[in-house]
Amino acid sequence: MATLKAIRKRISSIRNTQQITKAMKMVAAAKLRRAQEAAVAARPYAEKMSELFKNLVARVAREAHPLLGVRDEKKIDLILLTSDRGLAGGYNANLIRATEAFIRREGGGKEINLILVGRKGVDYFRRRRATIGERYLNFLARAGDELAGEIAEKAIGRFIRGETDAVYLIYSRFRSALSQVPTVEKLLPVALPEERKPEQMTEFLIEPNVEALLAGLLPRVVQVAIHRAVLEAAASEHGARMTAMDSATSNASKMMGSLTLQMNRARQASITRELMEIVGTAEALK
Amino acid sequence: MADKIQLRIVTPTRLVVDEEVDEVTAPGVLGQFGVLPNHIAFLTLLQPGELSYKQGGRVTRLAIAGGYAEVLDNVMTVLADAAEFAEEIDVARAQRAKEQAEKNMAALNIDDREFALCEAALHRATARIEVARPETRR
Repeated sequence: MATLKAIRKRISSIRNTQQITKAMKMVAAAKLRRAQEAAVAARPYAEKMSELFKNLVARVAREAHPLLGVRDEKKIDLILLTSDRGLAGGYNANLIRATEAFIRREGGGKEINLILVGRKGVDYFRRRRATIGERYLNFLARAGDELAGEIAEKAIGRFIRGETDAVYLIYSRFRSALSQVPTVEKLLPVALPEERKPEQMTEFLIEPNVEALLAGLLPRVVQVAIHRAVLEAAASEHGARMTAMDSATSNASKMMGSLTLQMNRARQASITRELMEIVGTAEALK
Repeated sequence: MADKIQLRIVTPTRLVVDEEVDEVTAPGVLGQFGVLPNHIAFLTLLQPGELSYKQGGRVTRLAIAGGYAEVLDNVMTVLADAAEFAEEIDVARAQRAKEQAEKNMAALNIDDREFALCEAALHRATARIEVARPETRR
């Protein structure tokens, strides 16, 4: 049986760890709230944009813009959003697993170019046989829309120059603080919304013309999709960390409970032993 | 017949305005245009400039950095890349951005891809300065 002193030491070390996990949980909760607010604030723009896009794209042919062009997918760009920091439960592991699964499923005979956002993804794929294009670190510290703009611009450039035939995005969709789902989304070529019946279309007066509006809108559609993913990823990360740290805190409590029990038992055992010794000695002296 | 029009201005990061107004003036690529209640369905590209709206005789002005405007069923939706109220604008920062853009443009060739980007930045900065300080307008 462990000595009384050793048990006391372990209890105080667990208490210290618990204080840290508790603090991290609280920080994650505060950041999660902010991330959720940002995601909600971005929603009206994204919704209106996709509505506008549907409206415009229904008026043109698929060949109207290079970003709509579907090609045989021989070269794929894969953008993966992971976090920069760990201690977020299975958050990064789930994303990486989803990525590996995607590569196994789709990657046969195709060239895959990885664009990694977040240190965890970079750390993982650096040690494996994978072509890594761009890497972005510390993205949460930067403004999400700026980052989204940068990634979108590069992806669009590569797609138009024919360096890639399709661009996919893997990120964690935020369902709730308890549930984050790794999600694969196709960014390019831009998917067309379902056909709309002509009678549902409003006659618009359009200035200067449909093509010019669409040309300006398409890159924005891509950018908004990335921006939304970045916001969701941020919320997911904080949610995952909050949940992980919450269970770590309660595990610490449980552990302290059982150790305290053990300690009390050890203490009692030693008292009993001492008493027996005293009684024994007294008997012997008679 | 409605005598008001609903104006909504949204940017990628927030909903800036969502109000009933009497009249809107916006900077379209083909020039400034005004929108009154019961306007025909209309869709246009916006360029960086001043967007203003009237609400019971009170005029509110914003600087917007390009985007789209849609008018449909007495609702005008402006999808702006960025939008700021005149009072919010940091003139010193806009001034710096303008000077930086001018400097960059002077160093670049007119055919460079960056040239267009700098020019766009210049337009945005100029628009912000003009909205913040109407007296500087010619």
